[in-house]
Amino acid sequence: MDKSELKVTAIENGTVIDHIPANALFKVVKILNLEKEHNQVTFGTNLDSKKLGKKAIIKISDRFFEDSEINKIALLAPNANLNIIKGYQVTEKRSVELPEVIKGICKCMNPKCITNAEPMFTKFTVVSKEPPALKCAYCGKITTQEHFEII
Amino acid sequence: MGKKSLISITDFSTEEIVRILEIASRFETSPEPQLLNGKVVATLFFEPSTRTRLSFESAINRMGGRVIGFSDPNISSVSKGETLKDTIRIVSNYCDLIVMRHPLEGSSRYASEVATVPVINAGDGANQHPTQTLLDMYSIKKTQGRLDNINIFMVGDLKYGRTVHSLVQAMSPFNPTFHFISHPKLRMPQEYLDFLDAKKVKYFEHEQFTDIISEADIIYMTRVQRERFQDLMEYEKTKDLYILHNSMLDNTKPTMKILHPLPRVNEISQDVDPNPKAYYFQQALNGVFARQAVISYVLGLKQ
Repeated sequence: MDKSELKVTAIENGTVIDHIPANALFKVVKILNLEKEHNQVTFGTNLDSKKLGKKAIIKISDRFFEDSEINKIALLAPNANLNIIKGYQVTEKRSVELPEVIKGICKCMNPKCITNAEPMFTKFTVVSKEPPALKCAYCGKITTQEHFEII
Repeated sequence: MGKKSLISITDFSTEEIVRILEIASRFETSPEPQLLNGKVVATLFFEPSTRTRLSFESAINRMGGRVIGFSDPNISSVSKGETLKDTIRIVSNYCDLIVMRHPLEGSSRYASEVATVPVINAGDGANQHPTQTLLDMYSIKKTQGRLDNINIFMVGDLKYGRTVHSLVQAMSPFNPTFHFISHPKLRMPQEYLDFLDAKKVKYFEHEQFTDIISEADIIYMTRVQRERFQDLMEYEKTKDLYILHNSMLDNTKPTMKILHPLPRVNEISQDVDPNPKAYYFQQALNGVFARQAVISYVLGLKQ
């Protein structure tokens, strides 16, 4: 465990999400609905990271995530990983993976797409993982990383 | 139900496309004026397009079906602020099939998700217009006797032309050779060139509209639109460079045909019209057969 993690309190049981780019922290919190979380949540941000420069960490006590839930953050935090904690020990490590289809998280950058005019969910297929690029299932246009706008 | 919608030309496999063209050919020789007896088709044109609408309505009427719909959204519930989803769900109650044209891209795809009847896309913004592609292919097959190994020349606005993009995609499995003739600002977009590279389809790009057309089996003309140019002077210089005149046709193949998605403005000179190689009006008629084929296929009445 790297030293910067010690700046954020250890949890007994739960999930640690590490290697979130610092500037994506609050969007990740939103995507995971952590504002409505009842369990204890701790954040650290602007921590030094060799990989990312500045990173953020989220620790959620007594909460575990399905792949389908956690992979939603892959757009913003493609290198994030999870440590599953039980009894203060890391019992499992998982990586975030960009799913094949992304629903309802990102806007389509085409102003003439129906998704920007109707009350409806967006839907994309991932056509490139590195760098990430999304193809709108409706208008067919590709939204690239610079244009990602989280709903 | 198993009845498919047709939203994008890529929704149909190559085999399905070939079958649809065969069905169209049978409609041309043996009309079936009772096939759609008792069926109601809704033509929902959220943006006007008289030619496409009339073509569809002719196709439906000639098969004995009945048409309902609108061609001016200003007089419909849309102007009252009803969502597209609500409109489609309600109209689904009144018909067996929806034919839809809408200014926003992806609208038809969305409609096909919320409708309880099949949807045929008659044009969604700058995105797809699959029945146009099918009628273009039908015209190629009919005039050249085949779809394989055709030299297709595309001229004019290749950047914004939805019909040329779609035709490039749909013809690529048939080993064509493409020649793209356009102003450098209106080139075929890179994504389509990449697509052709990936499929190992031969293409050439030219800036001059010259005698190279003697190699053509098909010349597909498109209009260069003024709106596409920031600089009006550049538009004025350009628009006359890609006009087809009858004199240019002297050394072309006897079997060569000239296609145009219409409306034709000045990119095909009037003096071409009497030339037997001018095919654009018959092409529009082929639209009726192609649409009859799509409608009957999508309704499960023809396989």
